[in-house]
Amino acid sequence: MSVQGEYMGMNLTVDDLDHENVDYFRYCAAHDFHLQKCDECSLLRYPPTTGCPWCSSPKSTWTKVEGKGAVHSYSEVHHAIQPAFKGKTPYMILLVDLDTQKGQPTPDEALRVVANLAMPDGQLAPPELVKQVGIGTRLRMVFADVGPGLAIPQWTIDETAAQPEKPWRYPQE
Amino acid sequence: MPLPAETDVTTPKYLRDKYAIVGVGETTYTRGSDKTTRALGTWALRNAIADAGLKASDIDGMLSYSGNDSTSATFMAGDIGTRLNFYMDCIGGGSSTEALIGIAIGVMEAGLCKCVAIFRAMNGFSQVRIGGTGARSAAPVNGDMLHNRAYGWQSAGQMFSPTFMRHMHDYGTKPEQVAMVKVVHSEHASNNPKAYYKKRYTVDDVLSSRIICKPLHLLDCCVETDNATAIIITSAQRAKDLKHTAPLIRGIVGRCSKPRMDMHYQHGPISRVGGYYAKDILWPNAGVGPEDVDATGAYDAFTFTSMLQLEDYGFCKKGEGGDYVSSGITRLGGRRPNNTSGGHLCEGYTHGMNMVIENVRQLRHDVDDSCPIGPDGKRQHTYDYREGGCRQVKGIEVTANLGWANPMTTSAMVMRRGG
Repeated sequence: MSVQGEYMGMNLTVDDLDHENVDYFRYCAAHDFHLQKCDECSLLRYPPTTGCPWCSSPKSTWTKVEGKGAVHSYSEVHHAIQPAFKGKTPYMILLVDLDTQKGQPTPDEALRVVANLAMPDGQLAPPELVKQVGIGTRLRMVFADVGPGLAIPQWTIDETAAQPEKPWRYPQE
Repeated sequence: MPLPAETDVTTPKYLRDKYAIVGVGETTYTRGSDKTTRALGTWALRNAIADAGLKASDIDGMLSYSGNDSTSATFMAGDIGTRLNFYMDCIGGGSSTEALIGIAIGVMEAGLCKCVAIFRAMNGFSQVRIGGTGARSAAPVNGDMLHNRAYGWQSAGQMFSPTFMRHMHDYGTKPEQVAMVKVVHSEHASNNPKAYYKKRYTVDDVLSSRIICKPLHLLDCCVETDNATAIIITSAQRAKDLKHTAPLIRGIVGRCSKPRMDMHYQHGPISRVGGYYAKDILWPNAGVGPEDVDATGAYDAFTFTSMLQLEDYGFCKKGEGGDYVSSGITRLGGRRPNNTSGGHLCEGYTHGMNMVIENVRQLRHDVDDSCPIGPDGKRQHTYDYREGGCRQVKGIEVTANLGWANPMTTSAMVMRRGG
């Protein structure tokens, strides 16, 4: 048995024995973002792991985390590799610094959560929206439902946040 | 007896100059080899053995690397006609060549074998495409892959781009500076009869080629080719009896990595690459510094990868890579040419081995360009680097190969001219 579902024509599966990912995606399916918080050093980590990258403790507790942050870097794909994305170009791959735990435990570290630029309903954003987003853009997390026990986080523009006047974008449009 | 509290596990300095690369070989660089990787590997190994002036039966160790897209030492040993005392087939792409040379030295030092051949055989165009299209792109998405492939984040270009983009943001690196990496390597390839792409490109050509994934244009990306490459390593003592003045290995580092290898972007600055850590092992091991190096082989999976590695290994200040690669220094005739064969952007894609092969030939002062062959059977290098001309670096004594797996992992090797 495994958790599975079809997403944009891709078959996504998480094996039952992959407890860390099963737990992570079960929270996502409830549209509730949780990360593992180390029981020893209290640092959150992303993506799911079997031990703490800072103190090596194997013990952690799933903890609710606010899905808000700003774009740290990105790519904008114009030539898709995977068949599922062929009709979806240009699409954005966003590396987003969560506000939670930013600059910890060292100034250059952050919980950098990867997802695409999406609409509030979790569907991939159209080209006109892609052009508005760059490094510094404030985003909030939404979810794309895949199947029972499985949804994946996505990022959408945070309509309530103060946005940078001109987010940094690659100079050639 | 208890071990000392602190053990230096890096290459002991006394191994400097103790091992040599005595033979190099490759197949033709093609798109559409019409051969198995087994046939390609055999071809490259035979060429390397002949180049060294060895017999096949002298090879008693073998190493290879692949991403499950190749043949293994178990087939190669029989096909070239030898019996092995040691072999290991490893998983890996870029950064494997230099790291495996380090392993080869280690196993010879430990007495497991005496002469090691390393090969990489691949149909990177006609079978498992290195750009990521084809069967691999449609494979099921399971477990940890949901954090990347479910977002259309899979190919090397897609995976590395956040590093490249952030470098431009942090340091003001310009597309036209980075494009010079392709321009320069294409100039070098035009003087390399073996190169698959020999055409010289301009900055405009690169910037007007279509966007693959920002900040990468088509011509910022390496080529996809079918080929095999091989090198042979043995002791410097034994090398004296062989055909060439074999380059000596000064020092190696690899596979040296940034923290958080499960997802390296968690640890910043993300515009920093593995060379930041590797340089502190490479240069002390080699007993030289960047300023002593006459030519580099900085892995060019993309234009950006050469630049980032040159920067973090200390060939220029952090953030000044754009100036460095567009200054003329990296061009034939410049102070420190990079990838004189044309590298992965032009000659062919081998996951790093062709750049080591090129530097071996450079250090022999016998690079295989179009210069005329004299009565002594040696090429008479003209040092005229115009299109179709010479590509031998004049008076070259020291080279550095900087291998790249991804932004977090690197291997590197310094060689010096033998004799």
